[in-house]
Amino acid sequence: MAAGRRLGSVNVNDGRVGRYILSCPLIRKDKSGIHVPGLSFTYLRTRRNWRSYRDYANVTALTCTYVSLFHIRTYRTGLMIRQLTLALGILSFLAISAFPLLANQECADPLGCVEVGPDDPIVVGAMLVVSGPINYLGEDTLGGVELALLARDYTLLGHEIELVVEDSLCTAEGGQAAAQRLAADPTIVGAIGTNCSSAAQGAMPIISGAGMVMIAPSNTSPSLTNEDIEAGGSHLPGYFRTSQNGLIEGMRLAEFAALALEAETLATVHDGDPYTEGLARSVANTFTDLNKEVVYEGAVNKGDTDMASILTEIAVHQPDVIYVPLFEPESNFFAAQMVHIAGLEDTIIIGGAASFASNFPKNTGEAAIGIYVSGPLVSGAAYEEVLAQWKEEYGSDPPSGYHAHAYDATNLLLNALEAVAVVKENGGVTFGRQAIRDAVAATEDYPGLTGRLTCREDSPFAGDCSPGTALAVFVITEAEVFDDNWPPPVAWNFAAEAVD
Amino acid sequence: MFKWRSDDFSWVDFTIDVLRVLIVLGVVVGAWNTLSSGRISFAQWVNLFAAGLSQGSIYALIALGYTLVYGILLMINFAHGEVFMAGAFSTVFLAEALNRTGFLNEQPVLAILLMIAFAGLVSMSVAILLERIAYRPLRGSPRLVPLITAIGASFFLQYTFRGLYGSGFKAYPGVKALQGVIQIGGISIPVVQVFVFCAALLLMLCLYWLVERTRVGKAMRAVSENKEVARLMGIDIDWVIMFTFGVGGFLAGSAGVINGLFRPQGVNFYMGFIPGIKAFTAAVLGGIGNIPGAMLGGLFLGVIEAIGPNLVLAGLGIPGANQLKDVIAFTMLVLVLIFRPQGILGERLSETKA
Repeated sequence: MAAGRRLGSVNVNDGRVGRYILSCPLIRKDKSGIHVPGLSFTYLRTRRNWRSYRDYANVTALTCTYVSLFHIRTYRTGLMIRQLTLALGILSFLAISAFPLLANQECADPLGCVEVGPDDPIVVGAMLVVSGPINYLGEDTLGGVELALLARDYTLLGHEIELVVEDSLCTAEGGQAAAQRLAADPTIVGAIGTNCSSAAQGAMPIISGAGMVMIAPSNTSPSLTNEDIEAGGSHLPGYFRTSQNGLIEGMRLAEFAALALEAETLATVHDGDPYTEGLARSVANTFTDLNKEVVYEGAVNKGDTDMASILTEIAVHQPDVIYVPLFEPESNFFAAQMVHIAGLEDTIIIGGAASFASNFPKNTGEAAIGIYVSGPLVSGAAYEEVLAQWKEEYGSDPPSGYHAHAYDATNLLLNALEAVAVVKENGGVTFGRQAIRDAVAATEDYPGLTGRLTCREDSPFAGDCSPGTALAVFVITEAEVFDDNWPPPVAWNFAAEAVD
Repeated sequence: MFKWRSDDFSWVDFTIDVLRVLIVLGVVVGAWNTLSSGRISFAQWVNLFAAGLSQGSIYALIALGYTLVYGILLMINFAHGEVFMAGAFSTVFLAEALNRTGFLNEQPVLAILLMIAFAGLVSMSVAILLERIAYRPLRGSPRLVPLITAIGASFFLQYTFRGLYGSGFKAYPGVKALQGVIQIGGISIPVVQVFVFCAALLLMLCLYWLVERTRVGKAMRAVSENKEVARLMGIDIDWVIMFTFGVGGFLAGSAGVINGLFRPQGVNFYMGFIPGIKAFTAAVLGGIGNIPGAMLGGLFLGVIEAIGPNLVLAGLGIPGANQLKDVIAFTMLVLVLIFRPQGILGERLSETKA
């Protein structure tokens, strides 16, 4: 063996006979014999006749401690002076940077204000999925945000609007990182995002703690708008969304399964993500309330490719319908492998909005034909106009179905900014952070693309602004699998049902 | 085992023995409960077994690459999962093109051979470049160094392929000739699973022949035995090592295509990570450095993963058994290492190899 071997807290390198490197905190003695404080190691000459490494480690651990203590004593004076200088430096820096804040008496908002200078732009943040396998969702919503800004010519109150986009990925860590970058910038008035509920879980505490607002265009996890922490809620002030709550989506889908498909038994499968788990639970609850039976509730792991074992387990229970709100590629594997499972020949799959992407039928292949997927369905003249503008701007169709929600989210934020802006004589603008929150929360009956938006404050729906009607069930046909057709035909339109 | 005499009694040995008994007991009780309840029919068990065998033969093909390299260089090539991904991901585009022109369904045999050759070549080039650029310069260094390099190379390859082909998911097109099922007395096994198993078996036999019956195979065995002596006998060691990486890469690439036929979805830059880890487990299970061991280990792991959750865990009343598939796989690894530290087929290795 040639490499250094770790023994207790001591690193031993026996590459040369009689010469060892020991890791000791705080001291380093380099080859020239100079001691330098720092986290490093020291060379020690040792006797050759020690019997084993274990003995050696015990002895040298003590030696190491002794040597460290000795050197700390030697350098204590020097360290103290350096630390004092550093502390003084930090204190004076803090004092200098706090001075303008103390001098500013104009802002009376309890959460502070955003000051925009006479020639400065108004900065809007966005936390979206820029990279990763579901970046089509980020692309889709970013397009919605940009078109909403374009509709106002990128100007608000005579100031230019600047958009800062951070990648929130589709994970809690990604959301946290994106929120931290936005919260670090004091000029940002508010944020659109996130796409994924998991990212929102990470971002919300930071955005809320910084006194900002975030308006999410495609979160659906019920916990995000639930204030009851014991019931799994995680809502914090400053969080709003224009996408429908999973509770409502789940309710509607359970009704669809029970009434339209006349299913008697249901199985649900999620993947542990707050988004899919919330939806699965909500569908199962409503289905039970309709006096039908939920025969199986299970989950797969993200990254699983083999669905045979869970499908065999589900086949034991013989459900009429399986609700599978999974993401790609688990959703593909699930649907494709179900074909081979005996006992599930007549079972119908309902997919979640995560499967509402043109890739899903293409990648799943023939097995996707006849699968129902829920997804946003927006209609109306105003929406057609935005859609035409999208074509003109980007030269293609929107890659997913949440651009209208993002468009509405952006307008809610811009309207709130307009309502609370205090314009100064020199042309500068001041926004109170609490005032922005209150203004968004006060949104009532706003005619958006996705319906008439009213932001609610009652707990399981705190921050929910969506009317919950821009939702439909689509059925995948051969055209989507083989001929690049998108979106698929509508099988059930909840907006139409709601009007009745 | 079972050294409970009072003079050399140790609590550690005792605990391990108790653990062994408990695990064996758990497996027996779980399996008994499941089988006696009759929840899952015989036909379904056969289906699970067949799917497990197919998955296992893919693990085995990848595991061979680990074991070949370990046999010769005594290093774990952790980037091998990415070599598999390179072939699988690149060939998905060829498969799409073949499908568009209709060639895939008119001449399925030729088309699949073409895909395997292409994927094999891509993976082979990646493996050879990896050896030449990342591993050869470090050959004399301590064993930790190439290990860390391999992990770095693994990330490098993942993100290179993400840059090349994007981060979205792709899927292999379905081959009509492989759809449908074979009926044997009330049991239906998908044709594709039979094909996957046979193709993998054929490749493994070819490898066995290559190593045991050809001159270059003899050279590989000689280098694996003792590099210095092999050099003295006139064997070009650098070339043999490169050849070994190439063979491992070819097997991984063909495993990529076979995997694409078996589980067409989920092709992306990250797809090599989990199969890589599983194949490494399979190689250790079978006895790392041992070629038949890797084959057996792969098949064993695949079958255990497919049957284990429903057989043992569901029988013990553990909820969400299917999510604990990996737990079964790695528990199996721990168990085998406790009972037979050298792996199922492994020989006791000398100090330098262990």
